[in-house]
Amino acid sequence: MAQVSMTVNGKTVSGEVEGRTLLVEFLRNDLNLTGTHVGCDTSQCGACVVHVNGEAVKACTMFAAEAEGADVGTIEGQANADGSLNVIQQAFQDHHGLQCGFCTPGMVMSTAALLKDNPKPTEAEVRTYLEGNICRCTGYHNIVKAIMAASGQDVSAIAAE
Amino acid sequence: MPKDNSTVEGGIGAATTRREDIRFLTGEGQYTDDINLTGQAHAVFARSDVANGVIKSIDTTAAEAMPGVLAIFTGEDFVEVGGNPAGWLINSRDGEPMKEPKRPVLAHGKVRHVGDAYAAVIAETKQQARDAVEALEVEIEELPAVIDMASAIEGGGLVHDEIDTNICFDWGWIEDNRAATDEAIKNAPHVTTLELVNNRLVPNAMEPRASTADYNPGTDEYTLYTTSQNPHLTRLLISAFVLGIPENKLRVVAPDVGGGFGSKIYHYGEEALVLAAAKKLKRPVKWTATRSEAFLTDAHGRDHVTKIELACEKDGTFIAFRTETMANVGAYLSNFSTATPTFLHGTLMAGNYTVPNVYVNVKAVFTNTAPVDAYRGAGRPEATYSIERIIDMTARELGMDPVELRRKNFVKPDQYPFASAAGLEYDSGNYDRQMDKLEKMIDREGFAARRAESEAKGKLRGLGVNAYIEACGIAPSNLVGVLGSRVGLYDAATVRVNATGNLSVMVGAHSHGQGHETAFPQVVADMLGIEAASIDIVHGDTAKIPFGMGTYGSRSLAVCGSAVVRATEKIIAKAKKIAAHMLEASDADIELKDGQFSVAGTDKSVSFGEVALKAYIPHQFPIEDIEPGLEETAFYDPANFTYPSGAYACEVEVDPETGKVTVERFAAADDFGNIINPMIVTGQVHGGLGQGIGQALVEQTAYDSDGQLLSASYMDYAMPRADDLPFYQVDHDDGTPCTHNPLGVKGCGEAGAIGSPPTVVNAVVDALQSGGHEVTHVDMPLTPSRVWSAMQG
Repeated sequence: MAQVSMTVNGKTVSGEVEGRTLLVEFLRNDLNLTGTHVGCDTSQCGACVVHVNGEAVKACTMFAAEAEGADVGTIEGQANADGSLNVIQQAFQDHHGLQCGFCTPGMVMSTAALLKDNPKPTEAEVRTYLEGNICRCTGYHNIVKAIMAASGQDVSAIAAE
Repeated sequence: MPKDNSTVEGGIGAATTRREDIRFLTGEGQYTDDINLTGQAHAVFARSDVANGVIKSIDTTAAEAMPGVLAIFTGEDFVEVGGNPAGWLINSRDGEPMKEPKRPVLAHGKVRHVGDAYAAVIAETKQQARDAVEALEVEIEELPAVIDMASAIEGGGLVHDEIDTNICFDWGWIEDNRAATDEAIKNAPHVTTLELVNNRLVPNAMEPRASTADYNPGTDEYTLYTTSQNPHLTRLLISAFVLGIPENKLRVVAPDVGGGFGSKIYHYGEEALVLAAAKKLKRPVKWTATRSEAFLTDAHGRDHVTKIELACEKDGTFIAFRTETMANVGAYLSNFSTATPTFLHGTLMAGNYTVPNVYVNVKAVFTNTAPVDAYRGAGRPEATYSIERIIDMTARELGMDPVELRRKNFVKPDQYPFASAAGLEYDSGNYDRQMDKLEKMIDREGFAARRAESEAKGKLRGLGVNAYIEACGIAPSNLVGVLGSRVGLYDAATVRVNATGNLSVMVGAHSHGQGHETAFPQVVADMLGIEAASIDIVHGDTAKIPFGMGTYGSRSLAVCGSAVVRATEKIIAKAKKIAAHMLEASDADIELKDGQFSVAGTDKSVSFGEVALKAYIPHQFPIEDIEPGLEETAFYDPANFTYPSGAYACEVEVDPETGKVTVERFAAADDFGNIINPMIVTGQVHGGLGQGIGQALVEQTAYDSDGQLLSASYMDYAMPRADDLPFYQVDHDDGTPCTHNPLGVKGCGEAGAIGSPPTVVNAVVDALQSGGHEVTHVDMPLTPSRVWSAMQG
């Protein structure tokens, strides 16, 4: 067992972990931050995306010990200071970009990383970026629409509702 | 009801955003794996790595000595308890009942598919349990596996030694129509024949299955938190068939559930195992599947091999459909597995058409593969795919426009109720209107120009069009009882008006993405004339909700929503009595409008909130006439299935150099009857389309001849990604209301997955033919390799 400490959503946390403990296990089991989900065991689905030092990282690809000293952000820390939804979260609700909600935290965290690097992505850029985030409910239509809306683009011409 | 223009804000017809989104978007959802109970231990399963084998020995000595190990279970521990049953009894053509091998909690004696669990270790931590599973000393003698359905029928080895065949049943529908259909086809001027495969799929809800059991020795009560689409059915199966725990001692909770698509309808052995372990250890026991376990053990979908014939007149008038299908049921019968290829498939084999003769033969086949059961659409996608592919082929053979051939044979609006040749009575629809709308949505007139543009880029472009119909709102208990169902398929709701005027509505349906928490209050709000925000839905907990049958078969709104309406009507009737007492009037004179009860023709009124308070503070109450309280329950059993229908079109581009298919445009014109929340309905269609296009283009569950699952992770099983799919055009306005439920709704959850696979394949065949390739059919999934190979002739 090893001692690990890091900053999660602005708070300093620490715990004892095995060498094989994944960051996602530390977040979910030790810190009870269960908003970060586990949807696969091959780092494909993207339900566990968090931010580590500002970059989107699949929390199942990283050992907790590797995050020693890191600044980690999870879905629980994304809302505005007054508790209201942030721009990305609000766009997902406004455009029905989620159904069962299981992939949603990863989608929101990936979107934040995308828009940081590419503030006005095209549809094709959004779809390509989401290669690492699988959703089984929405057929992606409303997720892509929500992301483009969150970037401030006019999505009213996109087909259907 | 329903109203076209609801007077209630957020009532019927409003595209209200979803209230449940807030917790999902902030990480506050509570899925089964998010629940951790004090003192919980962890279960990990030992699973077979061979498809067929005799368990010679399991030595647990070394594993028991591992750190943290609390208990080890094997099949031996469950010999005395029951098996997990099939929910439908299907009889073969000769009247013989289907073969029903026992499906034990843990394999005993033999393992029958890769992933079949034969032992489970319970330990203090999941890692310790995992390590101890590795330390089990197990000898399994591998036997030749039976994988391919044709060889399973022809006399390969047996999946179950105690039955002398791998054929579960050989079913004919409708057997009495067989001779007439054969005769009609023999004498027909034109017969088209097509052999096709409906590819095997893995449902892949993004949340893997999970179950945590708690046992209270003081009260002998169990609580099971589990990923279920229907907690009451799970409780019933565990209580009545598997473990014998009395229903009143077992609480099943399905909290937030991360998608189901059919795979979480069923009871699985892991649920029974954690319950038994929790009792033995007197502490909570938790199990969460890995994605690999999900691939190996979740019930798979589809997997039909079909020969279909369409007989018609020279002018295209349909005379008969006849099919022979082999349907894979896997190694054990999952709960709905016998209904899916039969009554959810054969009964739809007349499609949207006035064809007079239909005969369907289905042989269900045991193989050494994971169980196969209902997956989004369940039998109806298989029927639609067969019908709509062969109609396209017939149109080409006759030199007719594929849309005109369909229109020529559509059931017409003045023919309802229409008795189909496959035994159902369609209550409403307007297939020509859907097709009219579709041709505009896809801009069929502009297709030639778009094809020319594609060709100028060196690409082939194809247009695919088809219709579909489904039987949803599952299901009228009387009818399904005759057809072999061992359960009723009603649903239930309790409407509780609290003293301060807000409402809790307890429903038997379960929401795992469908938005019930938002849509159901819209119905109640509309009926009572109060704001939807004051109404909460309670679902997923057998300790809180009335006995309902859960969510699948596009049934939630049509069946459970109807129960909500009936219960709310009872509330209104009682509230009027209370209002009449308060207003010193006759209850026959009380009117409810905009949340106010008033005496007709006067200005005397009381509000809904005042009536609610009076119900719970019944001073000067006429207790001989009116009981205190304001809470009503209704059970609703539908009179018929509902029949959503529609017309779909898509345009694809095919790269002739690589065979790569790109869906450029997709349009869906659906008839779901009345709509409660159009935003949610549109989302449901999108999701179904994503899965249907996924089936058509990329998804394939592959076993090798030894029964190893080759596509057992997201590295190998192609899930549709965002860049595989287009934006969709979706329209469900102006539906024809269902005639037999109070909301006039038909259900929308499965349509996209049912209607879209033939659309894509029809479009690809059209593209290939435009390039001069004499290709009449390509089996799904239409991967670049398959399409390119087809082009090579």
